[in-house]
Amino acid sequence: MTTSKKKTIKWGFFIFFIPVFLWLSLLIILPQLELLRLSFMSTGKPGFTFKNYLAFFREPIYWLTFVRTAMYSILVTFIVMAIALPVSFYITKIARVKASGFLMVLLLVPFWVSELIRVYGWMILLRESGVINQVLVNLGLFKQPVEMLYNDATMIMGLVYTSMLFMVIPIIGVMESLDDSLIEAAYDLGAKKITIWRTIIIPYCMSGIISGAIIVFMLVLGSYLTPNLMGGKNSLWFTEQIYNQIIIYFNWNQGAAFGFLLLILSSLIIWVFLKISGQDLKKVIK
Amino acid sequence: MIRSLPRSTAYNTGFKTFIILYFTFLFAPLIVTMILAFNNSMFPSLPWGGFTLDWFFGNGPKKYGIFHDQNNLRSIVTSFKVALSVMTLSTVVGTLAAFLFEQEDFRFKGALYFLMIAPLVIPGVILGISLLLFANSMGTFFENIFHVYLKGFNPGFWLVVFGQFSFITTIVTLVIIARLRKFDRSLEEAAYNLGANRFEVMWFITLKYLRPAIVGGAAIAFLMSFENFNTTVFLVGSQSTLPINLYLQVRDGSTPVINAISFLLIVGTSMFAVANLYAGKKKT
Amino acid sequence: MQIALSVRNLTKKFGDFTAVNDISLDVEDGKFFSILGPSGCGKTTLLRMIAGFYEQTGGHIELRGKDMTNIEPNKRPVNLVFQHLALFPMMNVYENIAFGLRRRGEKSAAIDKKVNDLLERVGLPEAGKKTIDQLSGGQRQRIAIARCLVLEPTVLLLDEPLGALDAKLREHMKIELKKLQTQVGTTFVYITHDQSEAMVMSDGVAVMNAGKFEQVGTPQELYHHPSSSFVAQFVGSNNKLHVTLHKGESSAFSARYSNGKEFSLTGTYDLEDGDAWDLFIRPESVIINPKESSASFNLLQGEVKAILFDGGNSRLLVTPEGSTDELVVALPQTKQFDDIQVKDKIRIGWDSSKSVCFKRADWKIYDDE
Repeated sequence: MTTSKKKTIKWGFFIFFIPVFLWLSLLIILPQLELLRLSFMSTGKPGFTFKNYLAFFREPIYWLTFVRTAMYSILVTFIVMAIALPVSFYITKIARVKASGFLMVLLLVPFWVSELIRVYGWMILLRESGVINQVLVNLGLFKQPVEMLYNDATMIMGLVYTSMLFMVIPIIGVMESLDDSLIEAAYDLGAKKITIWRTIIIPYCMSGIISGAIIVFMLVLGSYLTPNLMGGKNSLWFTEQIYNQIIIYFNWNQGAAFGFLLLILSSLIIWVFLKISGQDLKKVIK
Repeated sequence: MIRSLPRSTAYNTGFKTFIILYFTFLFAPLIVTMILAFNNSMFPSLPWGGFTLDWFFGNGPKKYGIFHDQNNLRSIVTSFKVALSVMTLSTVVGTLAAFLFEQEDFRFKGALYFLMIAPLVIPGVILGISLLLFANSMGTFFENIFHVYLKGFNPGFWLVVFGQFSFITTIVTLVIIARLRKFDRSLEEAAYNLGANRFEVMWFITLKYLRPAIVGGAAIAFLMSFENFNTTVFLVGSQSTLPINLYLQVRDGSTPVINAISFLLIVGTSMFAVANLYAGKKKT
Repeated sequence: MQIALSVRNLTKKFGDFTAVNDISLDVEDGKFFSILGPSGCGKTTLLRMIAGFYEQTGGHIELRGKDMTNIEPNKRPVNLVFQHLALFPMMNVYENIAFGLRRRGEKSAAIDKKVNDLLERVGLPEAGKKTIDQLSGGQRQRIAIARCLVLEPTVLLLDEPLGALDAKLREHMKIELKKLQTQVGTTFVYITHDQSEAMVMSDGVAVMNAGKFEQVGTPQELYHHPSSSFVAQFVGSNNKLHVTLHKGESSAFSARYSNGKEFSLTGTYDLEDGDAWDLFIRPESVIINPKESSASFNLLQGEVKAILFDGGNSRLLVTPEGSTDELVVALPQTKQFDDIQVKDKIRIGWDSSKSVCFKRADWKIYDDE
């Protein structure tokens, strides 16, 4: 319209644009590029090298940890999915309406408490001198305390525990909008429970399941505290390798290479998730 | 199978048991942690040695409660400072970003939006190390070229703040975008039509409307910052935040003072969370 | 009388699509003027140009003789009542009305007086402290109008504000709105797709279609003397019969209906070979079992398909002999026709002066409801 109006609009645009641009370029893009650059460098020696990536493939401990981390992350994601579906279903469709609001709040409370404290709680419960052992020994069920911490099963349970809510919340979000009459209609048309789940509920909740799966997978893959505190010496997690390289060995180039590999792995698996389910990231993130 | 349909008793009780077990699983560690904060014992474990408040108020010689534990108190103060800075920055930038993506049109908007949500799918560890490496390189660069030493590029307060800010802002932005999407643009037009200028429209109409989302986003930002470990661990300097400080104590074993801290945090965050939920429900 | 709003050769294009095509219009001060058209005809675009939300591609808009081309929407002496009202939910009723006055920087004592005066005038003197969601649909309507009127605009624009109300309230609000306009004397420009709203309230109506005005006139003119096939169909209900026109021996025109029947016509027509025509006759102009039999009176035999009882608005559906059309015929509730049954054979007829013919044009008229 008038020149003055066009000017004010442009002005407003830059007020919005500049901080966002600075944020994304200085804190996301450039650091990632630097990570990539440094992963091809070596301390002391100038020039480009594949040394750090070769080290990853040459040392079985590195790539075995990498594969283990990926596999366990996928496993945890599926376990969480299997538990979250019935929980969400109970809260949205079976519990009385009043109770369901209360259960929702109850569900959210542990989510606000820091991961460290939740893991600490499990440590007090499970360790050799822990509460469960004490109770079981006192009841005479155990002759002597058993170390329940520091093994893969406990670590997986811990990971399931810490990431659970990020699956439940998106699933509840879509399940709430599932019209009860769809289930009633299927029932009325003679469908069995399994059929109703398979043909109505799960397809309807797919977007929630996928966004939950992505968040859970990301959190588990990138988690450090739970594997470190609940897993044993043999249950190394890939983030621990990164931590060791950077903080303990001070080998930043090696750490950068590991970091970049983790980034590629996470992007790849998320991409596969999205492809399999036919969802797109924008929709899922919403 | 749902409320309105007939259900067998077995199905009902089975499902109920499952849910009770689930919630037990969810709360057992938290409740046990809280109870043991009051145990009169040097270790955070049974047997129960009687009720005590020493782990809150004790002042030596054997038991130092949280309110006399200088080390932990200092880290709590640091965490508060970090969380307040992150909250302020992310809320301001998140609001601007929401306006940028919802109300403006420009080239490469889709690509920028994709970049904006990227921090959600980048593991926190990687955000931490990449920022550490980048800041270090920048520090070296400035030192070599301009011969100035900039403390801000070293691990420390500001690096922690920016590291957390980098992904928390994404979450704040998404929270605000969700509400802005429901905003009826004709309210803005109506305000223009009644004689308001661009600034007045923004201030009296759009920001007023967004207030619940902005407050909610700020609350989430504060909590996420306060609890962050994965990104922070690579960026802290000499002043560690509470999660970092607690981690070392949890790993190496400690007195029930950690339980006392946990008790305060669980009670505090729960109240905060419930208040936030309640406020969110009332406003919308 | 002074011209409040004057539109000269106004055009608006969105890319290749012309939404408003070279429209000119004058609205006198103090009038209730409606722009009536189906959805997508460009009426909202026209309104938004007047309000300043769209920039015209060509032409001028003048308010009391002042050109508006370079004036921002927030500086124009027009106010708009939005389709969904756009009342500010974050403010109470009082603050909604005071909003515009505050933006002008008026003193709070003056604001207080004006707002309370206006609340009084729209019949809601106690509503100031209420929030928007405490108001009923009709009350919101009045507050939305009050919010604009308090600024004493040269022209008040209304964008189908009754659309969201239920049928009964809408009937009521039509009358309220007309009374309010007469009382305050502000010029109203009202856009709607509902011909009944336009007819009941307006001093003048412009019928708009595909970006152009088909006809501008009083509601009576539009109803009795439509100037195009579109207006004949869109304004009021009408029967449409496919006919072909001929010029008879006595230089009078006649129309041949599909069953071979000839209808006499009044008026002259510009005939071209092979042209298809439509004959329009309003339901209330068709008389059941007429006594008349003059040459200018057209008669048809038909069968009653259905009786649509609706009190004073009752109608018959009649299928003429040798045809599959259905004619809507007004059924006066005067006891006289109470014995008519479905499948009865009846005679219907109309005076040739009551019918009008236009070249066939197949307008698709969508009704939003």
